[in-house]
Amino acid sequence: MTSRALVRLLWFGVCLIGVAVHPVASRGQAGNYYIDLSGRFAAESRWFPQTALFQGQGSHASGFVVEPNLYLEDEAGRILNVTPWFRYDSADDRRTHFDLREAYLLLSGAAGNGEWELRLGVDRVFWGVVESRHLVDIVNQIDLVEHPDEKTRMGQPMAYVTWSSDWGVVELLGMSWHRKRTFPGSDGRLRASVVVDNDLVEYESSSGKWHPDFAARYSHTLGLLDFGASVFDGTAREPSFGLCFDCGAPRVASDLRGSSGSSGPPGPVLYPIYNLIRQFGLDAQWTTGSLLLKLEAIRRSGARNLAGEEETFNAFVLGGEYTFFSLWNTDADLTLFAEWDRDGRGRRATNFYENDLFAALRLMLNDVQGTEMTVSVLHDLDKRQRIYGLELARRLSDAFSLDLGAVAITNIDREDLYYDLRQDGFVQLGINYHF
Amino acid sequence: MKTDQPMRPSRVRPARRLRAAGFCLLAMFILPGMPSQEAWAGGPGGPADPADQSDPGGPADTSAAKGLQIARDARSQDEGFGNFSAGMTMVLRNKKGQESVREVGVKVLEAADDGNKSLFVFDQPRDARGTALLIHGHKDRPDDQWLYLPALKRVKRISSSNRSGSFMGSEFTYEDMTVQEVEKYTYRYLRDEPCGDDLDCVVTERIPVEKGSVYRRQLVWRDKSALRVWKVEYYDRKDAHLKTLTLGEYRQYLDRYWRAGSMAMVNHLTGKSTDLVWTDYQFGTDIDDRDFTRTGLRRVR
Repeated sequence: MTSRALVRLLWFGVCLIGVAVHPVASRGQAGNYYIDLSGRFAAESRWFPQTALFQGQGSHASGFVVEPNLYLEDEAGRILNVTPWFRYDSADDRRTHFDLREAYLLLSGAAGNGEWELRLGVDRVFWGVVESRHLVDIVNQIDLVEHPDEKTRMGQPMAYVTWSSDWGVVELLGMSWHRKRTFPGSDGRLRASVVVDNDLVEYESSSGKWHPDFAARYSHTLGLLDFGASVFDGTAREPSFGLCFDCGAPRVASDLRGSSGSSGPPGPVLYPIYNLIRQFGLDAQWTTGSLLLKLEAIRRSGARNLAGEEETFNAFVLGGEYTFFSLWNTDADLTLFAEWDRDGRGRRATNFYENDLFAALRLMLNDVQGTEMTVSVLHDLDKRQRIYGLELARRLSDAFSLDLGAVAITNIDREDLYYDLRQDGFVQLGINYHF
Repeated sequence: MKTDQPMRPSRVRPARRLRAAGFCLLAMFILPGMPSQEAWAGGPGGPADPADQSDPGGPADTSAAKGLQIARDARSQDEGFGNFSAGMTMVLRNKKGQESVREVGVKVLEAADDGNKSLFVFDQPRDARGTALLIHGHKDRPDDQWLYLPALKRVKRISSSNRSGSFMGSEFTYEDMTVQEVEKYTYRYLRDEPCGDDLDCVVTERIPVEKGSVYRRQLVWRDKSALRVWKVEYYDRKDAHLKTLTLGEYRQYLDRYWRAGSMAMVNHLTGKSTDLVWTDYQFGTDIDDRDFTRTGLRRVR
């Protein structure tokens, strides 16, 4: 483990101990407070069956995740919720990382015939309805090293006000302290040939990561329809990249004591650039019987496309899911998903979803173990590229559960942005202990 | 579906689409209404126009009229409870006697002119902890249901059309958990006979109006003094005796509302059973509409 990882681990240990030695035991009543301590510990392994393309990469990585949660509520209903999070990864010191997923104070009360809510601190906010990707969801940075599906989110410092009543829900967010997207280090798989160096980050705003970002959303339920309209104005969560030819070397020199695991490789590196953007989002779901119809759409300006030029673009996901309940008179349910992902930039898009069809099958056995399995495919309609996914989850006991996942990438074009990932399909197994 | 009580959760971990979905499922099962509940059920659904079901006046229909009247009386006895919260512990037992435990917190708010609102928060199994199911019951259309997945902090609107699936792997189906609205059945009075703790009881048959029901008919035993349900026998579409529900340990709250403390469901075909125990019933709490909103769902614990 490198010194960097060690420092992170120590840091996390201090947090853990602080929480653990709290005088009140889990789930107790202390004075006028309600305290609940819970969490998860997971041991995980990933195998990459195909040969690595780049120096330093291995075919196997193991590690663990610790995610304790402290919940405090007083008689007045004021809530303090803290969720630190840490991952150790044996192969990639960039994947070994700490994050404060949540650390907020929550106040709420009645307002007219509705209510208000204020969250101060680090929190995560989810907006959206579709399955193939999280398009509208923009408040939190993606923790990319967790999974290439871009669905794991990091904590974001914010002041977050919600006001709701018969006429719907209004959410207003003020944010600062921009979080950098995580990227694999030189020893990690699922990376480009040139490593991203997060220490060389560049911001368009002169105030850098402190630039104030704002977001707002209005949402409502009208019968079968749930919809939301949102706007975000501030520092992009998705970076574009610059290439630096001689940035790698000096870092290597300063890191010589570590025999391996240095994330600053010699040679060129990519540095993330976070532009100031504005994004309008729309999400809607029509829930009728066993059929759910869904739409997510955005219009984003200020971001750079794959060619490095600023381009205003639209993107959407249109689709739905249909569930066969009690399949063949068993307790099992089978859900079919179909979604069309479109990015108006086409080949200049900075992601997988320029023009893709997503299809998935989810089988839930509804047994005592809560067994569920999902297979999916993301099929590129313009090229031949396909990404297959498999997820399987099963409860082993009250405290233990098992996750199995696999990703396969096929037929990637030489021209494709993700060509460097062509050998990076993987299988992962995780055992969770819930406490 | 109307109403009120349910649940199902699971605690999903990060970004596992799969898991999330799983939860949904689970959640659906647990839905609203508990069987015992006729008692509270009445409450939940709310007084729905009993009057609509025309009273057959002819003598030939006496047994139907009497059966309907019993159902209506039971419902009106439970109106006006306002709200309550309770804890629900389910012990699932398979054929070999292996046990598995589910714990769920339940809150119900009576609505004056529509179906009741219910909230289920899962505490066990632990991987489902914090998962919550919110149901806005409706009398004249399918319920609205939202599932909260704490790992993703996602509130998801889910389908309410599942009826016959298992609730959290138990022997209770979604349909069993749903409040038994008076309007959802036709009735027939069968006979008087002792039940429960040697009480003077009346036995009625109820036949689901909905074609989608997994049951052809149900037999219900109620004591005459308070119309509490002591036993229900479920017959499947082929009229085979599928399950038996036995209720007991009734307690009266607010000097009026009876609630069963225990419910045991036995599946005669599979040999599996589920014991459901209710604890900490509290009526007249400070629960209000704010506990049953989409935004409130994100605050559940």
